[in-house]
Amino acid sequence: MDTVSLIIDNKPVVVKKGTTILEAASGIGVHVPTLCHMKLDDLNIENKPGGCRICVVEVEGRRNLAPACCTDVNEGMEVSTHSLRAINARRTVLELILSDHPADCLICAKSGNCDLQDMAHQLGTREIHYKGEQSHYRKDTSPAIIREIDKCIMCRRCEMMCNEVQTVGVLSAINRGFDSVVSPAFEMNLDHSECTYCGQCVAVCPTGALTEVDHTGKVIHALSDKTKTVIVQTAPAVRAALGEEFGMEAGTLVTGKLVAALRRLGFDHIFDTDFAADLTIMEEGTELLNRLGKHLAGDKDVKLPILTSCCPAWVKFFEHQFPEMKDIPSTARSPQQMFGSIAKTYFAEKLKIKREDLVVVSIMPCVAKKYECGRDEFKVNGNPDVDLVITTRELAALIKLSNIDFKSLPNEEFDNPLGESSGAGVIFGTTGGVIEAAVRTAYEIHTKKELPRLDFDELRGMEGIREATIDFDGLPIKIGIAHGLGNARKLLEDIQAGKSEFHAIEIMSCPGGCIGGGGQPYHHGNADILKKRQMAIYQEDSNKSIRKSHENPYIIKLYEEFLGEPMSEKAHHLLHTKYFDRTE
Amino acid sequence: MRIALRNCGLIDPEKIEEYIAEDGYFALGKCLTEFTREETIKEIKDSGLRGRGGGGFPTGLKWEITKNVEAGQKYVVCNADEGDPGAFMDRSILEGDPHSVIEAMAICGYCIGADTGLVYIRAEYPLAIERLKIAIKQAREFGLLGEGILGTNFNFDIELRYGAGAFVCGEETALIHSMEGLRGEPTVKPPFPSVSGYMGKPTNVNNVETFASVPVIINKGANWFNKIGTEKSKGTKVFALAGKINKVGLVEVPMGTTLREVIYDIGGGIVNGKEFKSVQTGGPSGGCLTKDFLDTPIDYDNLIAAGSMMGSGGMIVLDEDDCMVSIAKFYLEFTLEESCGKCTPCRIGNKRLFEILTKITEGNGVLEDIERLRVLSNVIKDTSLCGLGQSSPNPVLSTINNFEEEYRAHVVDGKCPAGQCKSLLRYDIVEDLCTGCTLCFRNCPVGAITGERREPHLIDQSLCIKCGVCFEKCKFNAITLI
Ligand SMILES: Cc1cc2nc3c(=O)[nH]c(=O)nc-3n(C[C@H](O)[C@H](O)[C@H](O)COP(=O)(O)O)c2cc1C
Ligand code: SF4
Ligand code: SF4
Ligand code: SF4
Ligand code: SF4
Ligand code: SF4
Repeated sequence: MDTVSLIIDNKPVVVKKGTTILEAASGIGVHVPTLCHMKLDDLNIENKPGGCRICVVEVEGRRNLAPACCTDVNEGMEVSTHSLRAINARRTVLELILSDHPADCLICAKSGNCDLQDMAHQLGTREIHYKGEQSHYRKDTSPAIIREIDKCIMCRRCEMMCNEVQTVGVLSAINRGFDSVVSPAFEMNLDHSECTYCGQCVAVCPTGALTEVDHTGKVIHALSDKTKTVIVQTAPAVRAALGEEFGMEAGTLVTGKLVAALRRLGFDHIFDTDFAADLTIMEEGTELLNRLGKHLAGDKDVKLPILTSCCPAWVKFFEHQFPEMKDIPSTARSPQQMFGSIAKTYFAEKLKIKREDLVVVSIMPCVAKKYECGRDEFKVNGNPDVDLVITTRELAALIKLSNIDFKSLPNEEFDNPLGESSGAGVIFGTTGGVIEAAVRTAYEIHTKKELPRLDFDELRGMEGIREATIDFDGLPIKIGIAHGLGNARKLLEDIQAGKSEFHAIEIMSCPGGCIGGGGQPYHHGNADILKKRQMAIYQEDSNKSIRKSHENPYIIKLYEEFLGEPMSEKAHHLLHTKYFDRTE
Repeated sequence: MRIALRNCGLIDPEKIEEYIAEDGYFALGKCLTEFTREETIKEIKDSGLRGRGGGGFPTGLKWEITKNVEAGQKYVVCNADEGDPGAFMDRSILEGDPHSVIEAMAICGYCIGADTGLVYIRAEYPLAIERLKIAIKQAREFGLLGEGILGTNFNFDIELRYGAGAFVCGEETALIHSMEGLRGEPTVKPPFPSVSGYMGKPTNVNNVETFASVPVIINKGANWFNKIGTEKSKGTKVFALAGKINKVGLVEVPMGTTLREVIYDIGGGIVNGKEFKSVQTGGPSGGCLTKDFLDTPIDYDNLIAAGSMMGSGGMIVLDEDDCMVSIAKFYLEFTLEESCGKCTPCRIGNKRLFEILTKITEGNGVLEDIERLRVLSNVIKDTSLCGLGQSSPNPVLSTINNFEEEYRAHVVDGKCPAGQCKSLLRYDIVEDLCTGCTLCFRNCPVGAITGERREPHLIDQSLCIKCGVCFEKCKFNAITLI
């Protein structure tokens, strides 16, 4: 291995060739501040435009200061990260950023979580010496995301996410000089673009320039409306991350406290999206086996692989980018929408109330779900199956607002009948989880034998694209997994080219799956947080007594009492959907 | 002495035969048949030729670095973006002697192991584009471009790529991104284009004038070339003379010529016999030098030491009527518009510099502003990502360093010594001299002048727009300008 020896802040350091000054410094505990740089280790995601110039350091013998994040170390280099010259430059650069930034911290969605605010604090900014014109842009509101571009600092993280990771290409730098800003082409509104609402731009934006549409106010109103019954569902990934908002260690499971908090907030019934995830497996698993059976019987019309369809951003992605393939994904609705549909039929009937008097609120790790619940096909006479979606972050805000001391809450249980779930429903929250859940059920239905094991390690992990072959008692089932839409695109292009050998593919838009969703507590570029959440999800799965969707007693009951069997006509009507060509 | 411009105006650029008659393509033939790649590069290195695009990087060394990078595909790029305001030397070469550039690109391709050359040229140069196209076609017909050039196994061809005329697209990494269809903005170096350039392949980027000097060096030898010039800057440099000088236009002079020789001997001195005040070299990246530097021999290093730059060869002469604060503001306004906006110091810092300069020229400056300009300028130079931001404060710093008293006059005395900053002018009527003829009163376009016939008149300063009409009209010299 080639190594390089250098000196950083008077300390000798030996590092691998190709290491940046930033990495070398961090290896010896020297923290060089950065703003635009962001790296998610193991996910192969890095933003390194070298644009903010906060990380500049002094290198002996070099004419100007060097950006630590994108300058490789050299043999014999002498670096001072905190010389007077470096500190002065860094502070001036920050003052320049602040001189073109609204000082809205008191009322900003990002306050307390803002990298820019932190930087001003860290560098001890007390005065902005350079005053002058400030940029003003129109505020852009879409069904899921708000762009307040006056607060954009041109870090380009969103652009990198949208282009390199998601390959959607909606956001890019436009204009020049002082007027340059990151925006959809021609400064059009996000909702006129091909944006998938994956929210990955929101997840990485260091400032309040990109945030989710806030629905906490509407939830409070619904809760205080005596004429309404308000029920809530919470997605699997929420319980693995919500604690972070209250200072708890990443990866702490807070399922019980989450339920308790929702009850104190005044929801009439606290349900679990995991229940609907089990239902999804029943439908999607059956659909897979149907298609597979026909395929094996030689039916040329049946299309394989089958693609999962529980991620709304992924659905919108293929509707824009691969409309000719819109009959390949499963027709199963997402768990959120299955829940809403069952809640406003089956459950409303049980309560003997009109669907209009039932308000369904979702707590989601996701901003795309805000958009999804507004799609016309998920409404009956204009009344949506899911009324309001708030993110994990918004729930935290709501809990704080309601004076609930989250950390000291007791652990409580979900309500029934829509609150019971199997471990299979839980793992929907991570990449690989949906397909593992499907395997557990499809295997047993297909082979009519009990699974010899429940944990499929070959389907787990953080690799962007994974593949595995699962033995269905002599029948090898080839499975593909992609998270991040750029990875999904690769698998789709293979299918298009007739090169795909998979029987089933799971796709989630967000790196890591929903645990890394755009509505989760901000990870601030720390990929360990995602890994810890993932571990927590698998932990919750192993803790469960029921770990296969088809063994969930309330699911069995739902089919007996209401739906008949998977893929029945009623199930079709309530639990399946169709897709649209959005290129027109 | 003409090297780069040797054929310009003397041959018909649309006839390859005329170029060949002037030893054209002789150098290419010599390299392909007599010299190895290494020997050719050594010749260029020994000549001491440095890049004429502004940076002054040794050309032979660049070729050698690009040659030594292992890769199946490499590129030769000719930088014909020429975005400096007022610069037109590259255009003149391409219009007047396109074959010299084509020949040199082929030689470069031979040396570094590239079979493709790309000329990045601004679309606003239609004649240059036309002539290049003709020249490329003719060179192909003569077997000087294409497969098996001059009967050897060397293949090389050239394509044109058009730029939209953004100054920053002349920066080599931005230029490459622009050619790749991406946003024309620079990226951090290293990696240098020589290692990872167009399409991620090793790419040798040189300026038009650099290329134009190459065939002569091969023909006449490194030893001939390196005798011209100063110790570290060899050969000649083309300058675009402009401003308050009697003879404006392109001149090619040996490195080491003094500014005085260029301005007085070649340029014929200052217009209207006025007093020389300053010379601006290097365009928006350069600085303004005082008469103390008139006897400085021009070369890369001397100009940098003096606080300016060679740049691409802009040279603007200023006289006593030019306000140095306004000059700094003029250049900054240019960079402000040409900044790509990628990095903070250039995107916002230059804007703030410009705002402070505007404040000063409008008479609202304070003494502190001078120091603020200096501090901010240094930070912008120190922290900007590319050469544009790293040099954009040079016009400000050099004018402050060389003409600080002029800045002080603006902010302390509220006066513009050159009389250029309108907001700082003040027209007054001297009571004793005013006859009350009412001529000024009748001519003032905004009615700022009051007074009875035969009584001394008065200018209302809050209404006066400093047009100077009263000053011109008064027959009794009763109106003063301060
Ligand atoms: C803002 C900026 C603009 C530039 N514009 C030009 C240009 O118009 N033409 C040019 O040849 N070089 C230009 N350069 C220099 C190029 O980056 C590069 O150094 C040059 O093309 C290399 O050729 P040379 O070694 O022959 O000079 C520019 C550099 C900067 C930073
Ligand atoms: S984005 Fe950050 S710095 Fe800007 S107003 Fe919001 S909290 Fe404050
Ligand atoms: S939500 Fe996703 S697709 Fe939309 S702009 Fe952001 S990153 Fe791009
Ligand atoms: S919107 Fe946010 S993430 Fe995108 S460039 Fe601006 S500050 Fe960075
Ligand atoms: S992966 Fe999950 S969080 Fe991300 S967009 Fe899809 S459903 Fe939403
Ligand atoms: S210095 Fe200016 S032109 Fe260069 S990268 Fe920065 S913003 Fe762009």
